[in-house]
Amino acid sequence: MSTGDAVHDAPTGDSSNSDGTSRRYFLIQATSVVGAAGAVGAAWPFVSYWSPSEKAKALGAPVKIDVSKLAPGEMLSPIVAWRGKPVFVVRRDAETLASLETNTEMLADPDSAVAEQQPDFAVNAWRSERKEYGIFLGICTHLGCSPKYLVTDNFVETGQGGFFCPCHGSRFDMAGRVVKGVPAPSNMEVPPYRFESDTVVVIG
Amino acid sequence: MAENQLNQKPVESSGLMSWIDARFPATETFEYHMSKYYAPKNVNWLYLFGWLATFVLVNQLITGIWLTMNYVPSGDAAFASVEYIMRDVEFGWLIRYLHSTGASAFFLVVFLHMFRALAYGSYRGPRELVWLIGMAIFAVLMIEGFFGYLLPWGNMSYWGAQVIVSLVGAVPVVGPDLMEWVRGDFLMSDVALNRFFALHVVALPIVLLGLVFVHFVSLHHVGSNNPDGIEIKKNKDENGVPLDGIPFFPYIVVHDVDATVRFLFVFCLVVFFAPEMGGYFIEKPNFEVANPLKTPDHIAPVWYFTPYYAMLRAATFPLFGMDAKFWGLVTMGAAVIIPAALPWLDRSPVKSMRYKGWPSRIALGALCVSFIVLGWLGLQPATKTYTMLAQLFTLLYFAYFVLMPWYTRVEQTKPEPERVT
Amino acid sequence: MKRLARLFVSLAMIGLFVGAPFSWSAAKNDWPMEAFEPDLTNLPSLQNGFKLYANYCLGCHGLQYQRYGRTADDLGIPRELALETVVFTGQKIGELMTTSMDPEQAKAWFGATPPDLTLEARLRSPEWIYNYLKTFYVDDSRPLGVNNGVYPNVGMPNVLLGLQGVQRYDQASGKLFVEEGSGSLTPEEFDVAIYDLSNFLYYVGEPSRLERQRLGIYVLLFLVILGTFTFLLNREFEKDVH
Repeated sequence: MSTGDAVHDAPTGDSSNSDGTSRRYFLIQATSVVGAAGAVGAAWPFVSYWSPSEKAKALGAPVKIDVSKLAPGEMLSPIVAWRGKPVFVVRRDAETLASLETNTEMLADPDSAVAEQQPDFAVNAWRSERKEYGIFLGICTHLGCSPKYLVTDNFVETGQGGFFCPCHGSRFDMAGRVVKGVPAPSNMEVPPYRFESDTVVVIG
Repeated sequence: MAENQLNQKPVESSGLMSWIDARFPATETFEYHMSKYYAPKNVNWLYLFGWLATFVLVNQLITGIWLTMNYVPSGDAAFASVEYIMRDVEFGWLIRYLHSTGASAFFLVVFLHMFRALAYGSYRGPRELVWLIGMAIFAVLMIEGFFGYLLPWGNMSYWGAQVIVSLVGAVPVVGPDLMEWVRGDFLMSDVALNRFFALHVVALPIVLLGLVFVHFVSLHHVGSNNPDGIEIKKNKDENGVPLDGIPFFPYIVVHDVDATVRFLFVFCLVVFFAPEMGGYFIEKPNFEVANPLKTPDHIAPVWYFTPYYAMLRAATFPLFGMDAKFWGLVTMGAAVIIPAALPWLDRSPVKSMRYKGWPSRIALGALCVSFIVLGWLGLQPATKTYTMLAQLFTLLYFAYFVLMPWYTRVEQTKPEPERVT
Repeated sequence: MKRLARLFVSLAMIGLFVGAPFSWSAAKNDWPMEAFEPDLTNLPSLQNGFKLYANYCLGCHGLQYQRYGRTADDLGIPRELALETVVFTGQKIGELMTTSMDPEQAKAWFGATPPDLTLEARLRSPEWIYNYLKTFYVDDSRPLGVNNGVYPNVGMPNVLLGLQGVQRYDQASGKLFVEEGSGSLTPEEFDVAIYDLSNFLYYVGEPSRLERQRLGIYVLLFLVILGTFTFLLNREFEKDVH
């Protein structure tokens, strides 16, 4: 039997001593818990490092759009970007607006039931604050391509023009509502906006 | 088996563990390097710095990777991208200070780690390879630090790099061409910045990690030294366990964790309250973008290079037909490399300073003093007095190594004990 | 040996951090510097400094790494108000505080492009800025008719002349004095204005300084708690080792 061995003949703090065991167990647990809290705290700066920087926020600031020159039936060109995403601004004529309220049987979500896709003010048949002006993020809700504005083809089953995504063929009506039977799961997103005057709208 | 209760009950292999162990030596590796790796029970606080160096290395890797996400390696954008990290990125300032302070901390703990080896003869057989690999790590670390120092593209970074790269020009015959090749341009420009960036963030970290890995492997093969400088493997019990050894897990691990928290306290004190460390960790001229037309009034390298820098400047006269610049390069290179020869320079019958004689102790003391004084001199402008002092202490620095075969043989040593004390 | 080792460590520390106070600037001027104690918690001072900077400095010296919005937030100025009171360049609130001056033209006027001042307080020191701004004096031998005590032969006009008034240098006493009533501010008011301006530049040098120190306290407190547990745990395990 070895005498003076480093840890072999520990008389007191030895783990066979029941007091020592429970004290040791408690200290291990406590250190682990505090240490784990520390690890989470230490990870926090590294996680938030990835959130949009001041620069990104500055670039994502609200943009002003002048709609005074937009004729009925047209989409604003060149396309404006808000937070780097295309914003579609269309001016709809009376005929289109009327059909938006009636031609709904082909639509997947005619009543804008998915709350995240538009601000509250746009939960209506034309999905906008002012009936005439439809404002949508020009991003297909399927896989993020930017749809084309096709007013002449009457390709949408509603009988009006609308938006057609070239990537996978999703179609949206003149209120950005998705038609049934296409890959896109929901209506096009309506960004937050407000009319500063009759002709100037602030996106964001 | 009362005597064995702390020396590991056999690891219970549950279903999952035995499934893994059949395919990957998980338990075996854990036992070899942790629960059945025996460290001497008499190791003291100087033995913490190896682990702390590893800890700082991990800090540098993680914060470095995060900085790379926003840093732009180009002469036009590098400086601005650092300020972008400092201001616009969430917690960017913290990540950057952790990295810049980590660089200084790395060298501090490595110097102490090396001092420990000198004091207790850790470089002696059978640990020659551990020591040589460690020296390689140190050399790579210096290069890594130098490359990293250029990246903020401040005026001090720029001129510091300019000076060191110009050293290459001291190589006989091919010097000037070599210098142009290193820079890839006729002056320090973003060509150099780009290649330094690539080496700093990709190539050298890989080399460093590889070297650290083999440093561990060779250390665990021969086992740790201790303040008595005797081998614990000479005295084993009937199970082959060193009598003076304690299992690395949990004993040394718990000890190291405790030490890490203390280290972190000091480290965070600097990071949060003095990240510039009065201009030693981040120099004032580095708050101005690199300007190839204007050298800062006083240029000095970061503190961890200054001992070597002072030796570089101490060479002021031509010798054997070669100019002073060449000898400066040789002196500096030799100062970095010469400790690698220690395993063969030390002829003492004992390893630890505890049993060596006064000549060895005085020599080690003189080495430390000259290293510190040279470090201070490297920060000062090179006046005549300072240059003479630098020459004196350079001689003293080298004397430790060159005279070692002599003084370790002639001195009176004390007998080593059989067991650790 | 242990004591020796400890001694060396202490020596290293002393040698590195205490024993070598030196100045980075070899061209240090021997002008007697007035003490300056910045105060980042004094928001009215920082706000006033921001306003002064926008009015008197930003025309030539940009703060190209710092954003209006962040500055306004940190100094407790509502963004709308900041847009009205300090943004004169038609920029948006989130943009960097760049100067609208053309660098080429500036070079032609002053002989050098006015430097960006975002990091001036870290490059030199807030004391330096404070003293520099206070020591412009009339000197007809200089192209711009002014010289500076802290930065001799500087190529910058005395922008704050209207506030401070005419300051002259008295060779005999080596002191500066202002012609009474020649400026729109009294000397005391002017000192306050310069204090605020220097304080603001100190803030801009490292806008996260206060956040850093605040967070640091929490981190250190946490480490004390964690350290208590690791200390006890280590002591518990050390009982096994003899």
